[in-house]
Amino acid sequence: MTSTRTDRPTTGKDTVEDTVEDTVEGDAVTDVVAGTEPATVGVVAAEGELVATGTAPLVRRKRRRGGKLLDVLAPLAVLGALIGLWYAITYLVLEPGKRFLMPAPQDVITEAFLDGPTMEKIGEALGNTVSVTFAGLTIAIVIGMAWAVVMSQARVAERSLFPYAVALQCIPILALVPLIGFWFGYDFTARVIVCVLIALFPIVSNTLFGLQSVDRGQHELFDLHGASRLTRLVKLQFPAAMPAIFAGFRISAGLSVVGAIVGDVFFRQGEAGLGSLLDNFRSRLQGPELFATIIVTALLGFATFLVFGWLGKLAVGRWYDTSRDAA
Amino acid sequence: MSAPARSRPPTARTDTRVLRFRDVAKTFPDGTVALEGVDLDIRRGEFVTVVGPSGCGKSTLLRIASDLSPATSGAVEVDAERIGYVFQDATLLPWRSVLKNVQLLGELHGMGKQSLNQASRDAIDLVGLTGHEKKLPRELSGGMRMRASLARSLTLDPDLFLFDEPFGALDEITRERLNDELLSMFRAKRFGALFITHSVSEAVYMSTRVLVMSGRPGHIVASFDVPFGTDRTPELRFTPEFAALAGEVSHALREGHS
Repeated sequence: MTSTRTDRPTTGKDTVEDTVEDTVEGDAVTDVVAGTEPATVGVVAAEGELVATGTAPLVRRKRRRGGKLLDVLAPLAVLGALIGLWYAITYLVLEPGKRFLMPAPQDVITEAFLDGPTMEKIGEALGNTVSVTFAGLTIAIVIGMAWAVVMSQARVAERSLFPYAVALQCIPILALVPLIGFWFGYDFTARVIVCVLIALFPIVSNTLFGLQSVDRGQHELFDLHGASRLTRLVKLQFPAAMPAIFAGFRISAGLSVVGAIVGDVFFRQGEAGLGSLLDNFRSRLQGPELFATIIVTALLGFATFLVFGWLGKLAVGRWYDTSRDAA
Repeated sequence: MSAPARSRPPTARTDTRVLRFRDVAKTFPDGTVALEGVDLDIRRGEFVTVVGPSGCGKSTLLRIASDLSPATSGAVEVDAERIGYVFQDATLLPWRSVLKNVQLLGELHGMGKQSLNQASRDAIDLVGLTGHEKKLPRELSGGMRMRASLARSLTLDPDLFLFDEPFGALDEITRERLNDELLSMFRAKRFGALFITHSVSEAVYMSTRVLVMSGRPGHIVASFDVPFGTDRTPELRFTPEFAALAGEVSHALREGHS
């Protein structure tokens, strides 16, 4: 009897906690969709969460209880609730004259997603944003990994260079954006530089963490057999660092999307990307078009995150298992 | 303190001695004296086991012999072309298959592809992992990982084999089976072995000579020649002679410890 009594409240509490978590996630999504501010703020907030979970790549996730069906149905139910909330705001909260602030879902579909010229604009902007994002990300990967390799080779290098990686991370990027435009012009180059600056730190810190994560015993094995620094780096440190490196790529890919949008909002020359388009639609009060662009931007963020997650799994999934320590 | 000498005598081919310690001492930077006055001689075909309580400096012996950590004073002579070192942990690289792990040391030593392939096939066969070449370490049991680790060192065909409590983390059944397998490798290759353990029974079973070590600072308190020959079977463990010798070693361990 006693055990049943103590069991019940515990289960009850768990369910409450789960619901609270879902609601919190739900709220974050609502912010992105419902924000009347420029969309970048919402995206930054959402990516900020990814950074928070991503900087500790080796932390194991606790498995939630519940069936597989529930795992699929629960998020769908939240989606349904969010769309319901959306309709409620459009039709119950907003007066007809103010509905451009939050056009109904079907209006977003018919007036933007099914509208040829609008989608052409969005498609073109998406292409430009993607090229800026990946140009910036590629440069950040090259610089960031080189930076980390140098730091991994000597303690003095780490001591003298790591503080500047941290400093880079601490400077609010928006403070540097005007200067970047001032120095590098207001087109492609400047946009890419914003992406590099914003995406660099997770790559530097994750690569360094990964290179340093090698077991002492494995290092001694290489010591015993006279391995050179290069051999050690290639055959031991880099393979061991792969899980952390890919976690860094995934975070930085998302940040690079943010960088491309931020750069767009500030730099008005060169080929306009999604950020410019967002700002245009906002200033012209084109609600459905604005919403469609926000959704496309969000999907771009998701897609890069998923692609890099998948690439990481492809690279290390065979041997790296978060649920169990390998030999 | 005199500077530690570490040398390879020029008479490497004629002398079968592979390891020699003379008055070796080791003091750690924090002032702890780990070893003092250790003398040790190991020839090819000798299986020398060191038993002692945890923290008595047993592993330090191996680290000095392999030059992972140099002696503070005394003379260390290593007369081995190649040294095998088997850690307590299998230290396999988790992203490499069994075969690739076994080939690692050959790669580090720049061994030719063909001879490395042959050596790794033979080594895998010798430790009984044939058929498991493509598996990753995480797909292996603890005993199989240790076999792979042994095979990895075997590819070098070492003259001197250092074992740092290699079977300490395994269950007793696996451990005794690996004892027998290691003994048959020893019979086949006749390397010189320095084997660290804290199991008296394992020490007596495996060795041609058992050294008893005591700690603080680590030094050798007793030495026993084991008269059981090279063909040993598990039944040996239940003979009165085995029990008598194990009793003497245990006694020396307790004496040294008090």
